[in-house]
Parts: sequence; C-alpha cells; structure tokens
Amino acid sequence: MNEQDPHTPGTEVGRPDPAGDPVRLDQGHVEGTGGLPERFTNPGLPTHVQRMADVDEKAADRAEKQVAALFGISIVGTLLFIVLYFAVDLRQTVFIPGVGTMNASHAALGVTLAFSLLGIGLGAVHWAKTLMPDHEVVEERHPMRASDEDRAEAVRVVTEEGGTSQISRRPLIKYTLGGALGLFALPLGIQVAGSLGEMPRASLSQTWWNGGPSGPHDEPEFTPLRLMKDPENVPILASDVTIGSVYHVMPEGLLPDPVTYEGGAEHLLEEKAKAAVLLMRLDPTVIRSQKELDWGFEGIVAYSKICTHVGCPVGLYEQQTHHLLCPCHQSTFDVTQDCKVIFGPAKRPLPQLPISVDDEGYLVSTAPFAEAVGPSFWERG
Amino acid sequence: MTATPNPRPADALRDGDVAQAAPASAGARRVGGIAGWVDDRTGAAKPVGYLMKKVFPDHWSFMLGEIAMYSMIICLLTGVFLTFWYIPSVGHVIYDGSYVPLRGVEMSEAYASTLNISFDIKGGLIIRQIHHWAALLFTVAIVVHMFRVFFTGAFRKPRELNWVIGSVLALLAIIEGFAGYSLPDDLLSGTGIRAMAGFVQTAPVIGTYLVYGIFGGPYPGEMIIPRLYSAHVLLLPALLVGLFTVHIALVALQKHTQFPGPGRTNDNVVGYPVMPVYAAKAGGFFFIVFGVIALISAVIQINPIWGYGPYDPSPVTAGSQPDWYMGFADGALRLLPGWLEFEFWGYTLSLNIALGALVLLPLVYFVLAIYPFVERLATKDEREHHLLERPRNAPVRTGIGMAGITAYSVTMFAAGNDIMAIRLGLSINDITWFFRIGFFVLPIIAFWVTKRTCLALQRRDRETVLHGRESGTIIRTPEGRFFERHETQLPEDQWILVQHEAKRPLEIEPEVDEHGVVRPAARKDRLRAALSRFYFADAVNPVTPAELAAAQHHGHEAEAIEPAESSQQIESAETAGRR
Repeated sequence: MNEQDPHTPGTEVGRPDPAGDPVRLDQGHVEGTGGLPERFTNPGLPTHVQRMADVDEKAADRAEKQVAALFGISIVGTLLFIVLYFAVDLRQTVFIPGVGTMNASHAALGVTLAFSLLGIGLGAVHWAKTLMPDHEVVEERHPMRASDEDRAEAVRVVTEEGGTSQISRRPLIKYTLGGALGLFALPLGIQVAGSLGEMPRASLSQTWWNGGPSGPHDEPEFTPLRLMKDPENVPILASDVTIGSVYHVMPEGLLPDPVTYEGGAEHLLEEKAKAAVLLMRLDPTVIRSQKELDWGFEGIVAYSKICTHVGCPVGLYEQQTHHLLCPCHQSTFDVTQDCKVIFGPAKRPLPQLPISVDDEGYLVSTAPFAEAVGPSFWERG
Repeated sequence: MTATPNPRPADALRDGDVAQAAPASAGARRVGGIAGWVDDRTGAAKPVGYLMKKVFPDHWSFMLGEIAMYSMIICLLTGVFLTFWYIPSVGHVIYDGSYVPLRGVEMSEAYASTLNISFDIKGGLIIRQIHHWAALLFTVAIVVHMFRVFFTGAFRKPRELNWVIGSVLALLAIIEGFAGYSLPDDLLSGTGIRAMAGFVQTAPVIGTYLVYGIFGGPYPGEMIIPRLYSAHVLLLPALLVGLFTVHIALVALQKHTQFPGPGRTNDNVVGYPVMPVYAAKAGGFFFIVFGVIALISAVIQINPIWGYGPYDPSPVTAGSQPDWYMGFADGALRLLPGWLEFEFWGYTLSLNIALGALVLLPLVYFVLAIYPFVERLATKDEREHHLLERPRNAPVRTGIGMAGITAYSVTMFAAGNDIMAIRLGLSINDITWFFRIGFFVLPIIAFWVTKRTCLALQRRDRETVLHGRESGTIIRTPEGRFFERHETQLPEDQWILVQHEAKRPLEIEPEVDEHGVVRPAARKDRLRAALSRFYFADAVNPVTPAELAAAQHHGHEAEAIEPAESSQQIESAETAGRR
C-alpha cells in the first residue's frame, strides 16, 4: 500500500502539531486537499524506552538471578525426574488435590518433566526480555519478483539450452517420451490398487443368517439358525422373553465359547459386524405393521443392530416409546412401525429378521435378511 | 580456508598490509574448530550468518504458528517413543497385563500393547498422553494460526502460495490425527473406523471396491490397523514435514509480515534479530510449549482407552464422539436429513452420508485454499502486501471469516447434540433442528453483525482522529456555555488509525468501446465489479489530512463560540485552580 510513497522510517516529519495552526486559512472553506498531502505520513519509529535493567545495574543483576533461578528449577526438575523414575513403583497411586487419585509414577514423571522443560523455556524468555538488546532493528524488504534480465535469462536457458536437446525438432522422441512418462506409473498404481483387497462379490448383501460364513468367497445355503444370546452364546426360549425385554443376539455357530474362546466363526469380527441382531418383545397390539407381526413371533421381533446410516450398532432401546436410537448420529427407529426412521440422518428402516420357534420352543430364524444390512452402497439394489 | 588461493607478492606485505584476511572463514574459525571444519566443506558460514541476523517482527499472534510447529515436533518426538512399544496388529491375544478389569479378555495386539504402554511401561502413559495432547494442541494451533493469517490479510500477494500449502497442512493434520487416535483399536476408536468404513462405502459407483480395498476385504478385517499405522508414522508425517519445511522456508524467504505502526512500512521489517533475541525467545518458547503440554498430560487424563474395552463391531458406547477436529464432519452427518438418499434403477446414492463425510472435508479446505484468489478478483490488486490489515479495516473479509467460523462451529457443536441434550435436559430433536436451521441462518447473521461492527469501529476510529478522544472533562465558559474537552492524539497513536489505504469498488469499464463494438469480456467485468461492490461499496475510508484540517476548523466553530485560544486559557485556568 505504500509503494506509491515509500517511506524511510524516522525521516518523515509528522503532521503539524494540532495545537498549532494546521489549517491553511488562506485557502478558505475550500473542499479538497487544501494543499495538504493525500495521506498522512508515517511518523517513524517511536523513541526507544529504556527498561529497568538497561538503566539500573541492580535491576539487571536481579534479572540475572531470576533467570539463573529458572534454569536452576529446570536442573532440579531433571534430577528429580531421574530419581523418581527409579524410586516410584509403577503400581503406587497418589492423591493430588483438585485432580484426584492417580498413578504416582505417571504424576511424578509428568510434573518433574514439566518443571525441567518450563524452567529452560521461561528462563530463556525472561533473559531475552530483560537483558538482551531490545532495540528494534529495521531490515529492508525487496520485491519478491526477480529482475527482468534474470527472468529473461531463465526463459532463455530453458528454451535455448533445452532446445539443444533437439526435442522440438524430433517429434518421434517427444511423443514417445511423453507416452513413456505418462504410462510408467501405471504398473505401480495397478499393483497397489489391484492387490489392496479382494472384490466384495456378494459379501455385503449376505450375513451369517444366510446359513454360515458369508465372506466374499462363501456361498452359504440357508438353514434355520437359532438366535443365541451374546455373549453367553445360549439359545433363547421364546417363553423366557418377557414383554419389554431386549436381547443382544448372534446367530447359532458364530460365537466362540465365551470362556475358552474356542470354536465360532473363523472371521469372527467380520461376521459379527453384519450379523448382530436386537431381539425385543412388544405387546402385539402396539405393533402397527402387519409385516412386522408376520415376521415376528407373538410380538417378539428381531431387527438388525447395524445402523443403516454408517453402520454403528444401534445401541439404545427406549422401552416406553419403543424407539431405537443410534448413539453415533442419533438416527431414531420406531420398533412399532417396522423400525422406520422417525428422526435423524438414516433413510432406510432397520432390516427385520424373520423368526419363529423350533420344536423345543427356542427362537430360530426362518429366512435370512431380505436385504443388505448396514450402510448403503451403490449396487445395494 | 587455511590454504590461501592467491599468495600475495612480497611487496604487498611491506605496504603495511596487515595479516592476511581470510574473508569467509575468519568468523567461523573464531567460533571453533568444528564450525570451521564444517564451513571449510560447505561454506555454511555465510547463510548461517545471514540467518542469525534475520529480523522477525514481534507480536503475540505470531506465536500461534510457532505453537503449531512445536506441537508437531513434540508429536514426532513422542511418536517415535511410542513406536518402540506399540504393536500395529490385530492378532488376537488374551490380556494378562496389570490392568485387572481386562485380564483374561481376548483383544488385539494393538489394544494390548496400548494398555501395556499405559500401565506396564514406566513413563509410558506420560509419553502417550503428551502425544495425544500435543496432537490436539497442534490442530487447535493450526486453526487459530489460520484465523490470524486470514483476518489480517496475511494471505495476500506474495503469500497466496503459502496459504494454499498451509491449508493442505491443516487438512493433513486432521487426517493424521484421525489415523492416530484409531490405532489403539479400542471400542471408541473402532466405532470411528466403523463410521469411516460406512462413509467410504457410500461413495457413488466405486464405494464397495474402495472400502474392500482400504480394509483388505470385509470390514473390519486385519489390514486396517497396520495400514493406518503405516500412514500415521510414515506417509502422512513425511508429507507434513516436507510441506511444513516449504511453508517455513517461504516465511523466511518472503520475510514475515508485520502489523502497521509508526516506522513500519510495506518496504521494511521492524523487529528483533534471530541472534540473540529470537533464538532465546523462540527456542525458549519451544520448551514452554513442551513444558505446558507435559504438565497438562501429567494431571489431565486424555483418551482413557482402558475404559472403553477392546473393539467389537456389535456393542457401542453412548456419547461416541471423535476428537474435536473431526467433529465438524461428524456433526454434518448428524444434521443431513435422510431424504438425501435416493434409489434409482436399482442403485443407491446416499448423499446424506457422502455430502457430510466425503465431500465436506475436502470442500472446506478447498474453499479455504482458494479464498485469496477470490478476494484478488474483487480487488484486482497486483501489489505485494507485507503490512497486515487490522480486521476492522476489511469488514467484508472479516464478515466472511466469521460466517465461515460460524458455519463450521454449527456443524462442530452438532457433533455434541447428544451430550447437550443430556446435560441441558433438552430434546435432541429440537437441538438438531436448531442446528439444521442455524447452519443456514447463523452465518448470515454473523456476517452482518461482524461487518456492521467493523464499519462502526472504523467510524469510531475516524471520529477519534477528527475530534480527539473524549476526555470527560466538561468546561464551562464565563458566558455559561458548556463543552467537553477533546484530547488530541500523539502522531504515533494517530498513525495506526489513518495508515490504511482508502478502498473503492472497481469501476465497470464501458461494455462497448469507442467504435461501438461490444467487448467480449464485458460480462466477466460486470461480475467482477459486482464482487468488488460487495466488498467495498460501503467502505469507510481513513481520515485524510485535509479532512482533519477541515474538522478542526469547523470543530472549534461548533464547540466554542470563543476562539480556540480562549477556551484553552479557560482550560489551563481550570487545571491551575484545581491544583
């Protein structure tokens, strides 16, 4: 902004003292500059104010002692850290007022480390502020742009010197080089893109409820599967499910033994991520969807626990309102209306698992999910 | 340079020619043998000497970028420590460490090793907490540093390039943060990865291939932790450090901007040299930042992963939230309504997710990065700017900035809508609707209020220059007239109020030239003029010397019928009487 009137700081004269006579009255009430400049002039650097330590040797000595004390604190902090590292047992706890009970070793090492570092930092800054020169220095700037000659020279080198390679005269070289450089990254790109992971195939649209392992290379055939309580891995008697209760359910055969971790799905987490189901029992009269009643058993209904938004488990069930709420983004599903979305960012209802009871009275699935569970994807259909 | 290249003729020595001057190395040799040794082989003395003399202007807000730089260094340092104990694998183990509640639980090696760092490695928890706190401070400092650069116009020519690099750095920093807090493989961070998989899966056409590529197969698979680890400790830090080096080198090359003030011009830098003042201040400041982070990490717990349990895709904890810097994307997902998902011809397009998760993140940083070029369209300004603008002197830019911050904050706070509902006892639906409407309304209000405030502050600055500061002293003339004494300002104080440039909207050039031929670029010019009017139509410009002269002339007429001298006499008589 000052290019039009470059100032050398400290050389301009400030505007006339307003207490004097700044108005050139011979100009009369003329609008305009009145012979005055268009802009004010930079008054130049203000006079330097001496610090206490600059004028008083005692103050300077005090500052020196303060700086030394801060550095001393750092040394003490460092030494304490070393001592406490060995002295404090990792299992000891300590009560710190205002913070609470915490691991003694952690607190001791953290605080001493902080003192070790802060001592150096505060000491150095205090030193700079009290004793180091505080006369401001002026450095000139130069335009970023190189001179016209330098620019011309750069262009000349690239075009003329580069031209000696004869690239412009030999199109065969030019185009094959372009092609080679344009293509050489492809093998690397193909290697990484092609080998990162396998193709999804149907694995996003099937779950363990389809009859077993549901990975990209599996083609499960449907068999009715018992609904198992998670994590106990025991089947559920329909008569045990009282109105208002809710169970976290996995399909039969998926979960390993809860104590020995043996058995279960080979790809446990991958299967769990799709197969998790919530089982709820409602008073059949409050259920407003005939399909929901048909796919359930006397008011016992099973829905996918995986949110149709981005796939978080729909963890919160409100007994009174029969609402399911996803804690990640608050999509709310109404269990009395076939889990349709009544609020939040999800679009699709939670998929329902058709269930019935087997000969022994245990709940079983009668068919897999009719659609893909979890978040939407392009070819979901 | 011990071997002198040009031995002098003997008679030159006799001419009172003192000892041989070895120009470049004399200083280096004085500093010491090692420095001299290095200089003999590199000639580093000259650039080092130049750098040591380099002047940096002083202002508290210039420390914000320094905080970001130091937090990054602290993250790099503590991160190296953490790699010594962390195991980036989801191989299953049964935990048998010293955290009793999880003993006997099956978990991934990643989670078990993070528990070990927290409980069984002496000082491990302090290093882990310093790493996390420093990462949080890094992201906060970047944002606040960007505020400073934006609101003072420091991004203007010649620094647009560095602003773009800074925007990329800011984006990389939050991705690096996300990759980092996902590594412990606890239930909370696993839920974050679950959501991320959901985002990627919704990408049109290629979503499922992308997600299977990233996860190496079906979610969650066994590849995501090692891959995030590789990105977190190798790929992203390399990009961050590389771009950061360019960022800081450009600052040195272009010299730091400075705030306007007496003696500070567009052609100089007024400040302190690196040696000794900035070496001590900036070096000391690194230790202060490190020390403060260490103190916070010692007493304030962050990310207690042992409380969340190992990751399992079927359970979830209420109040699941990402670290703050990912909050805006998470909040946007909470606000986007479900009807943005469309189904057609057997395909599903989930804009309710893709907009918030896949588009928003790059979009925010893209908009940030191109801002300097938008403003340049309105100003058509080709000059270099090294003097910062006071935010009030650029009311529209400041308004746009505040509107952007407001929109960002709405989405960020929306990520806490569940927490707010619980803490404030409000309906989560009402809160969500408030944010949904607020996202569109509040930025407009913020823009308007900010712009009016800036204009008002500018008018007050003019008023202060024209009429001085109100002293609060009421003076009564012998005739019974009252007036308030206005104190005139020192030139140094006044300069800050009048130093900036007057601004006017660009004029539209006529659409037809003198021959009546329509110029092809006329439409573009009209748009540019409209943009320029938006920026500068109601600009309040600084007082000119002529205006001040006129005001003083008129002011005395209006304030006192008495000539100026007599009112001054009365004043001095008053003060004398009071004494």
